[in-house]
Amino acid sequence: MQTNASKNILKRWWILLAAAILGLGLLLIDRGRGAKMIDVTLYSLKEMILVLPPIFIILGLLDVWVPREQMIRFMGEGSGAKGILLAIFLGSAAAGPLYGAFPVAQVLLKKGASLRNVVILLGAWSTTKIPMLMFELANLGARFTLARLVVDMVGIILIALLMERFMSEKDREEILAKAQAS
Amino acid sequence: MITGIVFYGLAIVLLGLSFFKDRRKTLAALKKAGKSLVGILPQFLGIIVVVGILLAVLDPQTINRILGKSSGVLGVLLASVVGSITLIPGFIAFPTAALLLKGGAGYMQMGAFVSTLMMVGIVTLPAEIGFFNRRMALLRNSLAYGFSLLVALVIGLVMAL
Repeated sequence: MQTNASKNILKRWWILLAAAILGLGLLLIDRGRGAKMIDVTLYSLKEMILVLPPIFIILGLLDVWVPREQMIRFMGEGSGAKGILLAIFLGSAAAGPLYGAFPVAQVLLKKGASLRNVVILLGAWSTTKIPMLMFELANLGARFTLARLVVDMVGIILIALLMERFMSEKDREEILAKAQAS
Repeated sequence: MITGIVFYGLAIVLLGLSFFKDRRKTLAALKKAGKSLVGILPQFLGIIVVVGILLAVLDPQTINRILGKSSGVLGVLLASVVGSITLIPGFIAFPTAALLLKGGAGYMQMGAFVSTLMMVGIVTLPAEIGFFNRRMALLRNSLAYGFSLLVALVIGLVMAL
């Protein structure tokens, strides 16, 4: 039991541990880059604190209040265009980095959203977030931003359809079981 | 900052409504939120530090050196590889891309860079596998990668019009 518990702790913390050692190394080798690393890390930390806790609270509320049948109706297998639009809307209205979308996607799956719509949400979260678009517009111009946006919109749906085709029944079951256990 | 205020505001309003309707359910929701947040925290903190290290090493000057003025297919491939490793927040990614354009990189290369930056994440792959499964994470990232090359092509064509 003892070794099992410590194994689990190690499994959860190894990335942070490895990253901290690497970061310390960088700080020792190169002061300037080390300082920049700390700057960027603090910025990301701020970004995380600004969006993750409220996202998790909203997810918790969704989990206890939205009945499974309702989620299936809105974003489940038979939800059609409504489900796709809702997924795009949710992803675009989001904030924060893409990894913040993973737990959101997991709760939606648990509640009965289809894999296709969840992948669409991940796609929208990564490419059509509204606050990010403003920034892109300012830096790269309207033509670049619009061209990318239009192609990515098509791509998000295309990728979701392709994934639906390539995922086996076994994969789906594994993912769903993981979501149910969360 | 504004997004933070909007998200916290929304969470607080919803929490208030929920609490008004059913105290027990609200507490259960908060407990769930806390548990999942604490559960993923070590992994997310790890990602944040790794991104910090990568961005300190891959500053605009270094990226510029890697991409240089190498245009054409090689430039697109290099840009997409750099974009895939790192998960750069928009506030750094877009100014960097603008800087690279000024430095002589082509629009096609920047299309590949920006698109892979946003959609493909090697650093976050372990987390993605953890939330879903290996096949789904690998499939999503490879499809997004292939698609980003198409985005590059279209942007290159559109910007040349």
